[in-house]
Amino acid sequence: MKKRMIGLALGVVTAVAMCMTANADELIKVGIINNDPNESTYRTANVKDLEQAFSEENGFEAKTFYSLNNDEQIDAAKQFIQEGVDYLLLSAAATTGWDTVLQDAQAEGIPVILFDRTIDADESLYEASVVSDMAKEGQTAVDWLAGQGLDEYNIIHIQGTMGSAAQVGRSGALDQMVADNDNWNIVAQQTADWNAETAQQIVQSVIDSGDSFNVIYAENDNMAAGAVKALDSAGISHGVGKDVIIMGFDTTTDGLKELKAGNWNYDGQCNPFQSEYLLDIISKLEAGETLEEKTIIMDEKGFDAETITDEDIEKYGVGGDTTEAETEVETTAAE
Amino acid sequence: MNEKSVLEMRGIFKSFPGVRALQNVDFTLCEGEIHALMGENGAGKSTLIKVLTGVYEKDEGHIFLKGMDKEAVIRSPQDAQKLGISTVYQEITLCPNLTVAENMYIGRGKGALQNWRKMNADADKILQSLDIPARATQQLSSCSIAIQQMVAIARAVDMDCKVLILDEPTSSLDEQEVEKLFGLMRDLKAKGVGIIFVTHFLDQVYEVCDKITVLRDGKLVGQYEIENLPRVQLVAKMLGKELDDMADIRSDSDTYVEKDNSAPVFEAQGLQSNAGIKPFDFYIKKGEVNGFTGLLGSGRSECVRAIFGADKVIGGTVKKNGKQVKISKPVDAMKNGIAYLPEDRKIDGIVGDLSVRDNIVLALQVLQGFLKPFSKAKMYEFADEYIKLLEIKTASADTPIKSLSGGNQQKVILARWLLMHPEYLILDEPTRGIDIGTKIEIQKLVLKLASEGMSVTFISSETDEMLRTCSRLVVMRDRKVVGELSGDDLTQNKIMSTIAGGEANE
Amino acid sequence: MSDTKKNTNAAGLLSRLMRNQIFIPLAALVLLVIVNLIAGPSFFKISYSANNAGDMILSGYPISILNFGSELAILAIGMTLVTAASGGQDISVGAAIAIAGSVILRVLCGNAGSHPASMQAPIIVAFLIGCVVAMLFGAFNGILVAYFHIQPMVATLILYTAGRSIAAWINNNELPVIAEPEFGYFGGFIPGIPIPVPIFIAAICMIVMALVLKFTTLGLYTQAVGINEKSARLNGLNPTFIKFLSFVILGLCVAVAGFIKVSRLSTINYSVIAKDIEMDAILAVALGGNALSGGKFSMVASILGAYVIQFLTQTLYRFKVSSDALPAYKAVVVIILVVASAPAAREKISSLWKNRKAHAKEVG
Repeated sequence: MKKRMIGLALGVVTAVAMCMTANADELIKVGIINNDPNESTYRTANVKDLEQAFSEENGFEAKTFYSLNNDEQIDAAKQFIQEGVDYLLLSAAATTGWDTVLQDAQAEGIPVILFDRTIDADESLYEASVVSDMAKEGQTAVDWLAGQGLDEYNIIHIQGTMGSAAQVGRSGALDQMVADNDNWNIVAQQTADWNAETAQQIVQSVIDSGDSFNVIYAENDNMAAGAVKALDSAGISHGVGKDVIIMGFDTTTDGLKELKAGNWNYDGQCNPFQSEYLLDIISKLEAGETLEEKTIIMDEKGFDAETITDEDIEKYGVGGDTTEAETEVETTAAE
Repeated sequence: MNEKSVLEMRGIFKSFPGVRALQNVDFTLCEGEIHALMGENGAGKSTLIKVLTGVYEKDEGHIFLKGMDKEAVIRSPQDAQKLGISTVYQEITLCPNLTVAENMYIGRGKGALQNWRKMNADADKILQSLDIPARATQQLSSCSIAIQQMVAIARAVDMDCKVLILDEPTSSLDEQEVEKLFGLMRDLKAKGVGIIFVTHFLDQVYEVCDKITVLRDGKLVGQYEIENLPRVQLVAKMLGKELDDMADIRSDSDTYVEKDNSAPVFEAQGLQSNAGIKPFDFYIKKGEVNGFTGLLGSGRSECVRAIFGADKVIGGTVKKNGKQVKISKPVDAMKNGIAYLPEDRKIDGIVGDLSVRDNIVLALQVLQGFLKPFSKAKMYEFADEYIKLLEIKTASADTPIKSLSGGNQQKVILARWLLMHPEYLILDEPTRGIDIGTKIEIQKLVLKLASEGMSVTFISSETDEMLRTCSRLVVMRDRKVVGELSGDDLTQNKIMSTIAGGEANE
Repeated sequence: MSDTKKNTNAAGLLSRLMRNQIFIPLAALVLLVIVNLIAGPSFFKISYSANNAGDMILSGYPISILNFGSELAILAIGMTLVTAASGGQDISVGAAIAIAGSVILRVLCGNAGSHPASMQAPIIVAFLIGCVVAMLFGAFNGILVAYFHIQPMVATLILYTAGRSIAAWINNNELPVIAEPEFGYFGGFIPGIPIPVPIFIAAICMIVMALVLKFTTLGLYTQAVGINEKSARLNGLNPTFIKFLSFVILGLCVAVAGFIKVSRLSTINYSVIAKDIEMDAILAVALGGNALSGGKFSMVASILGAYVIQFLTQTLYRFKVSSDALPAYKAVVVIILVVASAPAAREKISSLWKNRKAHAKEVG
């Protein structure tokens, strides 16, 4: 163990050099454990981003394992530890059950870096955690909405799957705002389980009931798209300068295009492109530096229909044209 | 209430939608008595039993039990059991994968803990006292059906029963087993248990019973001491008419002896199926009635199943009217004008939830084809015709077949095949488990059909039925055809000696 | 005198109706209508106004129920047959819808990427290919169930697990979007016709099924096989093929439902499209009073059951039941309905009814 640490320390300089030049003989071995890319567009982009970043050209030998099953993930982690990877990158399916594995990793001297999702384990068991702050995403969006200066906010709030981190974070800020302000009203608050069609039905139901509203706050872009379908068939105008303000999250390419076209008003980012943060952490660790913060919260923007540019769509759009994303990642890695 | 009686039922009424199942029925059962409950299907036997055991609630009437000053209230089978009324049904209702002792005590343990050793010892004691050849720790499925039946009785008896109801307990037993069962019944009788015995077998009634109560059309015909009621009269009372003695059907039978030398309607050579029978040859001529006979399990059913393609045919050639045909599945046989009434009505015959109408039309509809369904009107026409022709007792053509009595279900299945107007009709145990009236009707019908030119193969466990109807018998032993009898050889003795093999002749 | 007679006639009719299988879904519908009427008659208001494309259309709760209930009603048709014939249920229909939808979009996109400027194939071609693929997957389930005698729920578990990944794989994990409005007609409106198209598609499916049941013996065969397979075989039927056929027919229903689903949004999301719809489809069959163990079935009752489920969902939306409580409310109502439509409960109810009548007679 001690020997290994010394070896690692000796190797740091070369390793960093290899990482930078990206043409070394000896590669850094990383084990990546993530959720199934089919889970969502967001996940697809996330997986793709990591695979491209931790490529051989960039000086890595990546072993990957994707599953939505926590137990399978844990088994894979054990496997990776046995195979002796240099770093373990982990986005856990569930928050519990990881302690033993992480202790094993620590005993073997393998640094663990969490990304995208946190787990219920002692902080000492991992080096760093790269996360989105869902509550902050929600707050950014609600602040933006407050900034629109409407006399009265009558909101249809379409929630994600109840209890998911994204739902809790994105609902929280809005609920608070509604509770604090008399001119903020919830017309309907209902979960659509991230499903566009359910969102369509919910909005249709409000339209059928005859209640009036001027904001749709959908907790992801899919649901926003579904909501808009219902508005279209009811002859209700939406978007910039129209009757109803449309808000979404996750910055899908299609969503950002709607934003650019003025059909939607706001789209909040949930950044799947986490590799730049991970690469940064690894290069720091390889260089023997210590990290300033254990929990690294990613920068996440909110886009306004009036200020969004084509470049933004190319840069931040999720699930869009893949070649663009690739270029983006490569530049980041080479920096 | 009479001194000696353990059970009195007075003025029992019970009706179902469209049917008055019981009207003012009285029934008295004395201590230490075996009492036969007789009647045709639909006479109300099972309804009476079900009222007594709490499966149905009576509409009107009173039930008294010995040792109770008040009327007994029986609203559920549990109530009946608490009052000492136990039932053993025709179908074994025990769990075959548990041991004998477990079956005897299942659901009766007080609390969750069970003293296994004590339970097994108790069970063995009871088995011994009743002279039942089974061990407490034996798995039930390893016992013969008769023993299983006896275990069910032992279970009932141990529950302090005063009234034991045996509902057709002998229908799946062989002769020896029946004797054993009767021994047990006599033992219980000596112990003072009142036994109600429901059966279709007249011989058995006269062998073991003391009294007979006859029901007809939901009404009480009367209660009789066994020695005062000769068989013929019993049958007459059950049918409600003076019976032209059972042998009389012979008189119609002369007409079928009309043979020519044309090719047989059906002929098989070296036919063999995967059901384990030896290859056999067989033929039947136009207008002939023949049969397969042999002990239970001798392979007689397997032979006719092979003819119909019900089991997988693995060898042999088959000719229909002299032309070679291929019959590998039932529909092939049906297309060749062969119909088959299977042995087990419940498993292979009826389609329980479907109406009488659908059950009658089914086979013909299949022949007619997928794209040519009969119109509703046509179906009713067919159904009504045969309901009338075979005198099927049913509320309507739309009644689900499962709510009919056994004999009437059998008639519906018969109607299904007659509707097809087959050239060759195979009847496997058509008279099992149905009342005498229907049995005779079916035998008469067979002879009538043959006289009209239909060929019929008839199988029955009751040899005299076969002697009455068949002109030729194929005898089987151990899954092999061992002889063929016709003409003067058609006697009970000859059949038995052929079944038994060479020794009996010496 | 004549009054009493009329009374007994009415009572007879009622008790006959109560014994009928469609009584429970029908009663549930009536109950939902009454509850909504009490809460305000506006529920049944249908308005006629222009949509954003400038076409005049009908809208309102009743229209929404019929519109959004279409896919479920179509699936209920196939699920009823599968249930009746095999005595089990297909739990892979949601995943199969993802596959069918994905195939349809794949054909429409052709080689023009995931966001084609124009459709690369006629819609009818894409639809037919979708049908073929869905029927093949249905056949796969059918082979496992009918020929290999695997329990239907276990057999279809395979596709249930793998289906959505297969759907994603068909489109290389991309999310195709069809921009042309014509494709959206089938899940929305055709200009000039004010009624949502899914309602027509569902109606066509029902009519086709009604004709099939009338002009073929499918109904009789399916029930015979479901009730007593051995007996059905001895009557010349081929139970194996009939079970297989029911799964293929369900495959066709899946394709139609999938087509409507992808047309509604002109795109697809593999992980959530038609999520949990298999449970609703099975529920529709159960609500219709059909035994989930197979045998006799009533197609009308199943279809009514499907609309009851949609009606219930809309009613809960209307009453603004909160997201957390929604599943609980739905579960309670569903339990009541399913228990009420179970044969045992129906018998109990009718016997209670009879007792009450008898009692009334005595008192009178």
